[in-house]
Amino acid sequence: MELIAFYIFAAIVTVSALAVIMAKNPVHSVLWLILTFFTAAGIFVLIGAEFLAMLLVVVYVGAVAVLFLFVVMMLDVDFVELKQGTLRYWPFAGLIGIAFIAEIALASFARGSGNMAAFDASPGADTNTEAIGQVMYTEYFLLFQMSGLILLVAMIGAIVLTLRERPGVKRQNIAAQTSRRREDAYEKVAVEPGKGI
Amino acid sequence: MDLTINHFLTLSAILFTIGVVGIFVNRKNIIVILMAIELILLSVNINLVAFSAFSGTIEGQIFAMLVLTVAAAEAAVGLAILVVYFRNRGDIAVESVGLMKG
Repeated sequence: MELIAFYIFAAIVTVSALAVIMAKNPVHSVLWLILTFFTAAGIFVLIGAEFLAMLLVVVYVGAVAVLFLFVVMMLDVDFVELKQGTLRYWPFAGLIGIAFIAEIALASFARGSGNMAAFDASPGADTNTEAIGQVMYTEYFLLFQMSGLILLVAMIGAIVLTLRERPGVKRQNIAAQTSRRREDAYEKVAVEPGKGI
Repeated sequence: MDLTINHFLTLSAILFTIGVVGIFVNRKNIIVILMAIELILLSVNINLVAFSAFSGTIEGQIFAMLVLTVAAAEAAVGLAILVVYFRNRGDIAVESVGLMKG
């Protein structure tokens, strides 16, 4: 039963990952990427790593994929022109791919696979989230804080990179507003009769 | 036949290869290159979680979370660079990035 589910998920992951790199329209690529991550989350649930599965859905489908969609739609690029001539990269790319998969297969079969059929994704706890929580804030606290720092740096970096100062934009200057005094604001003029100012 | 670690490692290897091939195939389109990198990182995550589950230790999943963090940060900064590049040049052709070389 688990094996059937795994094969279904694996087939969907493989096909949608291929569709990501072969789709003509980058918007379709992003949508296939979302399907890939969703199905990978299913595989994680199959292993028993529910927490990471949910994290995958939240982070990738909720944040990264939407970011990609925003950027793809924001940039006014002629994607048909970008797609031209990709056919001539295929032989080289296929060669690289075959070499890669052959090397990995060679490495894994030469080593001889140990039979690790029994698996337990939440050792020492009832649920997966509990097992992660037991070590996350104790043993791997520094790692946890470091990932927070990485996200902060990424956030500041993205803001600094994309922020631009436009000249000639009228903005509210609160300091100037509140420090306005009565003497600056009006002037008393004695107007003589029959004359203007 | 039962579900073994080899199933997951094979799937991960296939996904990794698809990601690498995707980088070479979409040489002109940097957005798809970034997506291929995300695929590669996903395959790494599958590897880590599979090893974590089959060896009965939780550490692999912690590291998978770190990979997830780095992937999100990388996507944010990469896309920000892409937006700035597009703003300056009006296209995102990867070949002309070499113009920045001195």
